[in-house]
Amino acid sequence: MMDFIIQIMPNVVDRFDVFVESIYETLLMILISGSIALILGLIFGTILVVTRPGDILENKFIYTVLGKIVDLFRAAPFIILAMILTPLSQLIMGTSIGLKGAYIPLIIGTAPFCARQMEQALSEIDRGLVEASQSMGFGPFEIIWKVYLRESIPSIIRGFTITLISMIGLTAILGVTGSGGLGVFCINYGYNQYNYDILWVSLAILVLLTILVQGIGNFLARKTRH
Amino acid sequence: MICLINLKHITKTFNTKDGDVHAVKDVSLQIDEGQIYGIIGFSGAGKSTLVRCINLLEKPEHGEVIFDGKDLLKITEKELRIERQKMGMIFQHFNLMKSRTVYENIAFPLRHLKMDKEQIDKRVMELLELIDLVERKDSYPSQLSGGQKQRVAIARALATKPKVLLCDEATSALDPHTTQSILQLIKKINKELKLTVVMITHEMAVVKEICDRVAVMENGRVVEEGDIVSVFAHPQMPVTKNFINTTNNLGKIDELIEANNPLVQINENQQIIKLQYQSGNTSEALISKISRDFNVDCSIIFGNVEVVKDSPIGTLITIFTGDHENIKKALQMCRDNDVVVEVMKK
Repeated sequence: MMDFIIQIMPNVVDRFDVFVESIYETLLMILISGSIALILGLIFGTILVVTRPGDILENKFIYTVLGKIVDLFRAAPFIILAMILTPLSQLIMGTSIGLKGAYIPLIIGTAPFCARQMEQALSEIDRGLVEASQSMGFGPFEIIWKVYLRESIPSIIRGFTITLISMIGLTAILGVTGSGGLGVFCINYGYNQYNYDILWVSLAILVLLTILVQGIGNFLARKTRH
Repeated sequence: MICLINLKHITKTFNTKDGDVHAVKDVSLQIDEGQIYGIIGFSGAGKSTLVRCINLLEKPEHGEVIFDGKDLLKITEKELRIERQKMGMIFQHFNLMKSRTVYENIAFPLRHLKMDKEQIDKRVMELLELIDLVERKDSYPSQLSGGQKQRVAIARALATKPKVLLCDEATSALDPHTTQSILQLIKKINKELKLTVVMITHEMAVVKEICDRVAVMENGRVVEEGDIVSVFAHPQMPVTKNFINTTNNLGKIDELIEANNPLVQINENQQIIKLQYQSGNTSEALISKISRDFNVDCSIIFGNVEVVKDSPIGTLITIFTGDHENIKKALQMCRDNDVVVEVMKK
């Protein structure tokens, strides 16, 4: 068995400690940047919904400005965005490479995408529910919490799932700017040294991760839907 | 009677892309405590906007909304929310929270009232009994029928013990049978809890069934208002007559006369007369009296009895045959006996 593994992926076995370290870094990136991006996305998405025309905290200025900012970051290709953000990462994290260098570009690259996903999710709430809550004497913040967020949990979970999966792809792109994780592992040990087994195995890990996230997402969405 | 809701000169305009829409124009209404008050109109008449002006889901740009002695347009947002807890509202599409059970939906408005768990539980169980859905308390709205959903919505609206229940087309999405059961429930609540009810509807049958007073709206204005029995017995405006005709076949007669149907063709010495009478002055004896005293023959071609708020309003379409002068005298005698007379065709 071991012989077989060594035979089909000799370089992965060779660099096994780096490989494991890279998986760990990728998971950490997704966990930390993911959590922050999802929270930011949820906040911005909620603001977009409640400030839109005719909604409970209608505010044309905030709605337009925030919408434009989100679109701007969404429009920027991630690879260019990551390069542009290196000085900011240096300023905040003290470095723009390695694991620490990955957080800022991942958060800024994903939060706007997540914001639009959350906006979509919250928009599914029927206007009538909001009206009914207002008629019961609920204030805007209670309505956000108890109606908009609480009632769209299945849709929020679905949006989170899509966001996390797109983030898995972005973590690999960050290999180009020298951040950690499987991306840089692939470039340094795989692509640059023509070790295709490293690329294939890394790809398999990322695909598995995607399937896992999607599976958990689907399960939770189903569980919370009535 | 104590006036609970007093709307004074309410005007509401919506600014849309296609120009201003005057949804409500200078409407004044008084709704007394304990009444079931109907507001009827065709779609677009402004009735839904008007009812939203009562709890200020829509803010009128002119007028006063006096609820329970307070001018709602003059108080702060926070005070308004407290006033809104004294007004329950139900909707055409129920607006229940899909992710919450029946129990949680009913408990929903109680959660921010600083009540402890036991008090909430007691209140919710009371309401579940009132709407007869105790065994469905752990069901989700998607598992309920339309009528059950509206019952849950009624329980939720009543949870905070409001002084008034605002119903916005509450039965319009329900079948006739379910509509009846919801109306009976509203009637029961009105009687047992002495709750004031404001009913918005486009169905005259609904108004006829349970309302004490009715306002008829057309193009943003209240064109007719009054005690339900007198509005039914003596409608003044065409739109009101229209609505009343939707609940019986009287409108058909007009069509037949218009089309000169053989059934309503008459000779020179005949007239088609509509007689309308309320309980107390039955026309049967009158008709035989007319025949005797004035030598006028009456043949009844159509008869209808409306029961409005438990009091009957009868209508007879008759053909009077006889001398012109005698018919005139006969009709005068009918009028003298409080029968409303209308000559439909000479």
